[in-house]
Amino acid sequence: MLKEIIFYGRGGQGAVTAANLLASAALKSGNRGVQAFPFFGAERRGAPVKAFARISNEEIFLRSQIKEPDIVVVLDTGIMDVIDVTAGLKKDGIILLNSYKKPVDFSFPYKVATVDATSIALKNDIRVGGIPVVNTPMVGALVRILNGVKLEALKEAIRERFGKIAEKNERAVEEAYNKVIL
Amino acid sequence: MIVVDTGNHIAALAAKMAKPHVIAAYPITPQTTVVERLAQYVESGELNSEFIRVESEHSAMTACIGAAAVGARTFTATSSHGLLLMHEMLHWAALARLPIVMVNVNRAIGPGWNIWSDLNDSMAQRDTGWIQFYASSNQEIFDNVIQAYKIGEDERIRLPVMICYDGFILSHTSMPVEVPKQEEIDDFLNEYKSTWQLDINNPITHGNIVPPEPYLEIRYSMEKAMKEAKKVIEEVGEEFGRKFGREYRLVEEYRCDDADYVIVTMSALAAEAKIAVDRLRDKGNRIGLIKLRTYRPFPHEYLKYDKMIVIDRAFSPGLGGIIYSEMEMDGKEVYGFIAGLGGVDINYKDIEKMYEYAKKGKDGWYGIEVK
Repeated sequence: MLKEIIFYGRGGQGAVTAANLLASAALKSGNRGVQAFPFFGAERRGAPVKAFARISNEEIFLRSQIKEPDIVVVLDTGIMDVIDVTAGLKKDGIILLNSYKKPVDFSFPYKVATVDATSIALKNDIRVGGIPVVNTPMVGALVRILNGVKLEALKEAIRERFGKIAEKNERAVEEAYNKVIL
Repeated sequence: MIVVDTGNHIAALAAKMAKPHVIAAYPITPQTTVVERLAQYVESGELNSEFIRVESEHSAMTACIGAAAVGARTFTATSSHGLLLMHEMLHWAALARLPIVMVNVNRAIGPGWNIWSDLNDSMAQRDTGWIQFYASSNQEIFDNVIQAYKIGEDERIRLPVMICYDGFILSHTSMPVEVPKQEEIDDFLNEYKSTWQLDINNPITHGNIVPPEPYLEIRYSMEKAMKEAKKVIEEVGEEFGRKFGREYRLVEEYRCDDADYVIVTMSALAAEAKIAVDRLRDKGNRIGLIKLRTYRPFPHEYLKYDKMIVIDRAFSPGLGGIIYSEMEMDGKEVYGFIAGLGGVDINYKDIEKMYEYAKKGKDGWYGIEVK
C-alpha cells in the first residue's frame, strides 16, 4: 500500500527534515520503499515550502511529483491564507494541522487532526534562533495517524540524525504522539 | 547496511569508498551537496584524499587530468554549465586515456535559466570518448560509481567514465540504498596501476605534435576500447551481481518477452516507465521496457524490437530526440517522444498516453505537439 504525504511549512521550519525523518522511520519499521524529497526549487527562510514523502511495503518506482496526497501536514496554519493545502488531497485524505484548536474548529470537507506542536516545541526547548521548530513533534503526531511507522523507529531515526539534541526531540515526538487529537 | 539518503550524498559516499587519491571539484546547483559531503569526509579525516579547490570546472577537470597522469585515482562532480565549461578537457582526458570518474547531475542548460532535470548537458558530450552511465535510482548511483572505477581502469579500456543522474529527482531525493562494507568494496576494486605516468625521475614528453597517420591510429584505438567496453561493462556487472546481489548489464529488459511494443528510455524516466508498463500489461497490452544503462557505448544490439517507443529528455535541434536519432530503424516502427525538458514533471500516466499515441502512429514533442 502506497502512502503519499505532503508537508507544508515555511523555509526554516524543517519540513524537509520532517520528510526525511519519516522516511528513515518508515524503513526501520519494515517498509521496503521510502522516499523523501523537497519541492524542486529555490528555498528562502520564511517563504512557504513543500516537502514530500512516500511510504510503501514495496520498492517505489515513482519519480514524479506527488499530486494527490493521502495526508497533508501543515506546520504553520498561517500559510493556509495563501496556499490551498487541500489541493489534490484524496477524498478520504487527512489534514494534520499544527494548532492549539480542536479538529471540529476547522471546516474542511476532510478528516482533520490537530496537535499543538508549537507549545510542545517551546516546552522542550526546541528552537533555532529563538524560534520554535515544530518539525519533530509534527512527525510524532503523523506517526500516530499513519499505519506502519513505529514511534520507536522514529526515535531511533532522531537519535541517528540529531546526536546531542536528540533527547529533547524524542520527548517532543512522544508528547505529540500522545496529544494529537483525531 | 541500508541507508536512506539523497542521490548526491550517495554519490559522495560511493566515491569515498572507492578511495580516490585526488578530488578536484567546483560546486554548482544541483551537484553542490556531492562536493560539500566529500569536503566534510576529507576534513574529518574519514577520507584520505587530496581535495583540490579550483576556480572553475575547466580547472577541476584539468587538475584531475594532472593527477591521473601521475597514476592517481581521481574523482570529480559537476552539472550543466559546469560540464559544458569542461568540454575541451573532457576530450583531453579521454584521448590521454585517463580513467577519471565523474558524476554529472543532469540539469538544463540556459538561458532561460533553469536548474531542473534535462539530459542535454551530458548527452551533448557523447563524442568526447567518455563512457556514460545513467541511473534510475540512488542504488544505481552507488553501484555505478563503484563499477565505473573497475571499468575505466581495466587495461582493455582506460577511458574516463561519467555517471549521470537527474537533478533533484534523484540528487535531492532520499531513497534506501544497500551499502556494502568497505572491505567488500576494497576487494571488488583492484588497486589502480596506470599504463603510463609522469615521473620526474624518468622524464617523458607529452603533447607533442602527432602526424596524421598515428593520430588516426589513436582515434581507432579509442573506438576499439569503447567497443570492448561493452564486454567489460557486462563482465563487471556480472561480477558485481555475484558479490553484491545486484547484477547489471548494458540495459535492463523489463517484461519484454512477447511484447508488441517496447519503450526505450533511461534515467529517472525509466523507473517511472516500469509503472506504466505494469498498468498497461494489467489492461492486456503486450508492452515492455528497455532501460538504457549506458548511452556510450550505445547498446544497439539490445534494441531489436519491431515496434519501439523512444522517450528522450534531451534533443538535438534540427534533428530530434537524441536516443531516437541514434536508433537503427530499418524495417522497424520507431516512435520518438521528447518529454520532460527543463524538469517538466512526467509521470506514468503521461507515458501511458505516449503509448496510446504511438499505437495511432503519432509522436513528437509531448505537451506541445501531442498532449
